[in-house]
Amino acid sequence: MIVTTKKDFEEIEDALKSYNNILLIYCGTCSVTAQCSDEKSVNEMLEHLKNAGKNVIYHQEFKEPCDFRQDLQDWRNVPQEALDKVDAFLILSCGAGLQAMLDLFDRKNIFKPIFIGLNTHGIAETERIGRFHVKCAGCGDCLLNYTGGICPVTSCAKGLMNGPCGGQLDGKCEVGKYEKDCGWILIYERLKKIGRLDLFEQLRPAFNWTDRGHQKSVVFR
Amino acid sequence: MAEKKVYSKLGEMLAKGEFILTGELEPEKTCDLSHTIQEAKEMAPYVVAANVTDSPLGIVTINSLAASHIIQKEANIEVIWQLTVRDVNKLGIAGMIMGGHALGLRNILSLTGDHPNMGDMPESKPVFDLDSATLCMLVREMVDKGTINGYEIESPPKFHVGAAANPNSNPMEAEVLKVGRKVKAGCEFIQTQVAYDLEKTIEFLTALKRYNVPVLLGIFPMKSYAMAKGFDTFVPGVDVPKDVLAKWKSIKTDYKTDKVKQKEIYDQANYEFFKPFITELKNKDLLGGVHCMAVHYPRIFPKLIEVIKG
Repeated sequence: MIVTTKKDFEEIEDALKSYNNILLIYCGTCSVTAQCSDEKSVNEMLEHLKNAGKNVIYHQEFKEPCDFRQDLQDWRNVPQEALDKVDAFLILSCGAGLQAMLDLFDRKNIFKPIFIGLNTHGIAETERIGRFHVKCAGCGDCLLNYTGGICPVTSCAKGLMNGPCGGQLDGKCEVGKYEKDCGWILIYERLKKIGRLDLFEQLRPAFNWTDRGHQKSVVFR
Repeated sequence: MAEKKVYSKLGEMLAKGEFILTGELEPEKTCDLSHTIQEAKEMAPYVVAANVTDSPLGIVTINSLAASHIIQKEANIEVIWQLTVRDVNKLGIAGMIMGGHALGLRNILSLTGDHPNMGDMPESKPVFDLDSATLCMLVREMVDKGTINGYEIESPPKFHVGAAANPNSNPMEAEVLKVGRKVKAGCEFIQTQVAYDLEKTIEFLTALKRYNVPVLLGIFPMKSYAMAKGFDTFVPGVDVPKDVLAKWKSIKTDYKTDKVKQKEIYDQANYEFFKPFITELKNKDLLGGVHCMAVHYPRIFPKLIEVIKG
């Protein structure tokens, strides 16, 4: 899942300070699991907005805001009278969710300010509700085949290709005062257990950034 | 096998298999290097070369490329330029390597560098585009092939490149295999973290023998009890032996009225601790030399020469 956390309301209030009539849209998928757009969180946000003197003219769950196709369907339920009055949109979703909605707004010729209520942290494992661990950086060149299935980009504070560095102490990382595991010691231990220390001995080249990052799309047809 | 090319005094001594002593200089948060230059001058007659640190602990200091150049020029000492991959990407580092050569530097110690989170600018972006092994690879490509990413360098740089290792590391095997990777990447010498545990150090150095790379053991002669205590308390993973701490404490107390004598006794105590330690490792043919990491303690070097002799 994509793990999100709630922004401080002060930051949201500051973003919305010039706008009164707010239309609130919230994610029905990952952000619900992250307890950022579940019923309780939405009610809390409505209360915050009311206390800040905002007029929430309409609110609705979008099943999966990051999916443009789904947005087209969910949009049908948004009443025209709300759109006539709206000053700004507030979205409780990940960053991809909001930006997919921007494409939708372009399609619908809606040019009103759109704000986000959550911070997005990454692609995460859900251990249980309230405990999420970012495991994948979505870097586009997966290294897990060489590392016993443990990602050095997300598990090593420095994202090293050839670790561990000198900052590990008894398997713990210098970053965060030796409370978190050193990703490269986890990799070493896993490879040792599966009898593949030959992989640990391999020298890995520096990460190739040629195809990483900027305005990346996956297009195969 | 082709004869190894030599670009510096350090490279020459390593190629000859001489047992060498290197020192360490730690420029601070200042644009005035006069104190460090003075220390370098005092150290110069005794060492083959001295490391110049690159913002250790992620605490911003004067840039190590600039400091290395100035110290080498002003103090007439050969420098081992510590270059971390923490702050600059591969493109920038390749440019710095050419710049380093143009400024007369010939030795690099390739380091990952402490995470910015540890230092006084924790909000700074941690770069780590390379790591210490891939930096060795880059240096070797630029020096040995005269190219960067396959593109020709009109006048390529000449450098020897070394890397770090930690004899105190647990699990030790992971550290040993990592050294293997660094050697594969073209690292020509290793300087270790400070070690006080002889048995563990023997085990570690014995495991490194298979890589056939000269290892300079990191030592930290302790200038005072406060220094020994501070080192024991604040350097993670390094424990100063209890009997050493007790001895240094007694020197502090016994000679508190005679500071000149106290200095002599501290120096002698360092000699008495490190002489048998180093001699044993040397006799077992496990060391290529010693790297003294005690900064601001240049008067110890004549004693250290005695430590490594014989």
